[in-house]
Amino acid sequence: MTEPTTRRRSTSLHTLHWWLLGVCGIAIGLAVLLPIIWMVFTAFRPEADVVAYPPSLFPRALTLQHFVDIWDAIPFARLYLNTIIFAGGVTIVSLLFDSMMGYALARLEFRGRNAVFVLVMIMLMVPFQVTLIPLYDLLGSMNLAGTLPGMIAPRMTNAFGIFFMRQFYLSLPKDLDEAARMDGASEWGIFARIITPLAKPALLTLGLFHFQYNWNDLLWPLIMSRDIASSTLPAGLAMFVGQHVVEYGLLMAGSVLALAPVVIFFLIIQKSFVTGIATTGMK
Amino acid sequence: MAPSLAVIAVFMVWPLAQSAYLSFTRYNRIQPAEWIGLDNYLRLVQDPEVWNALSNTAVYAVVVTPLTVVLALLLALLLNQSMLARGFVRTAIFLPFIVSMAIISFAWTFLLDANIGLITYWLGRIGIVAEQGWLADPALAMPAVMMVGVWKSMGFYMVMYLAGLQSIPQELYEAARIDGAGPWHRFRHITWPLLSNQTMLVTIMAVIATIQVFDQIQVMTHGGPFFTTETLVMLIYRVGFQNLELGYGAAVSWVLMVLVFVLSMLQFGYFRKRAVTY
Repeated sequence: MTEPTTRRRSTSLHTLHWWLLGVCGIAIGLAVLLPIIWMVFTAFRPEADVVAYPPSLFPRALTLQHFVDIWDAIPFARLYLNTIIFAGGVTIVSLLFDSMMGYALARLEFRGRNAVFVLVMIMLMVPFQVTLIPLYDLLGSMNLAGTLPGMIAPRMTNAFGIFFMRQFYLSLPKDLDEAARMDGASEWGIFARIITPLAKPALLTLGLFHFQYNWNDLLWPLIMSRDIASSTLPAGLAMFVGQHVVEYGLLMAGSVLALAPVVIFFLIIQKSFVTGIATTGMK
Repeated sequence: MAPSLAVIAVFMVWPLAQSAYLSFTRYNRIQPAEWIGLDNYLRLVQDPEVWNALSNTAVYAVVVTPLTVVLALLLALLLNQSMLARGFVRTAIFLPFIVSMAIISFAWTFLLDANIGLITYWLGRIGIVAEQGWLADPALAMPAVMMVGVWKSMGFYMVMYLAGLQSIPQELYEAARIDGAGPWHRFRHITWPLLSNQTMLVTIMAVIATIQVFDQIQVMTHGGPFFTTETLVMLIYRVGFQNLELGYGAAVSWVLMVLVFVLSMLQFGYFRKRAVTY
């Protein structure tokens, strides 16, 4: 007779535990989101409300004016376009080159393969800040300093991306391409039609890595841009803040617009991205 | 393969060699580089700015790394349990990792401001007063940028820990429970040892990342007040691109290079003989 009672008690205890943990978790989650929440709220507040004392999280008045003004206050549309070209361009070109190189290192036999792999591994350890000064000089001598192609060029391939793709290709069964080779497929045909479709999840993860890294990058665009108009969103906004006294609401509206694409992109493909990170380097 | 190699050669190997060469020269981009031998390195060893940047970087890394890793582990342990709104909480904690550090640092700057800062105000109400705001106070600026650094990356490491937790066989916990092991014992003798792979990986990644800290410091404090938050990368940027002492900047960047290289070697050494397999 006692058994059902105990079980019922342990179930209700379990439910209580489930609720308690959840409430703690939600509190932590909201605390972590505070800067983002504050940013969104502030973007919709008139300036007088932002600076009113005492400060409050919730808007006491609302306006859409900042979202109208931001486009004229700085060349915001231009910054947006630059960022899309920079981050998008790097992502597409780099995915192509990374996967080709990764494929060659994982699956093709050729002389000097080990030497190339060691080179990639060494490059993986070089912090890019070390090459910053000569890189800027080099692009200057090619007349590419301060241009978008110049900004994209050094990022066309990336040691981490090559390593990441190589690890993935190593995990695919060898029989696949051998069977295709027997059927007379060319190496290119095998890479393009058999291997690449299988690599979609890996490419998606790496693509998001590249995209968010370059979209968010500050130091490189900061150095490579001559003025705000030739810059990307993070660097352009940082320069703007450095040069002017900026209205809080206006800057937050710009920030919200700048962050939105990456956040939305992430929320859509969240699952495969997080899985990809979790397995990065663990294979 | 060929284009990839060309890119590596032109934009990575060549600049790296060039940077090594420049570090032995005096160079301001207007006149050609002039060979001065070891002068930059001799100057570097005696330069209080370098030592200041090195010590700020070390303090940042030594505080932020363990704090981030411990918080990531605690959050992963919490979020590995069944609970209300788990998906939301995981996403919320991970989100800082994907937003631009530079841009979200504007929000942090305002939140920590002396007059309009919400966090300054809230903390003031519970007795933690920062009269000049957090970022203008030489004693508080570093803790503030550290806190932002932890906030930004703990979600990323939490995801790695979560993956580790999910790969631990459940039977181990059941067996331990039958043997009468409490939660602390189960953590100490099962979870912690089986997570040692993740702990190593996450720690090394965190150390390398913290040594290269730049974005939030550039936006929030510019290395100030009174250089209390100037880190190595901040110094390279200031010397190389603002003072146009490119040779000297290159020499300072080789200090960073050596630091990161040694730490990465440790990482690869570790990869080669991974400890825990089951």
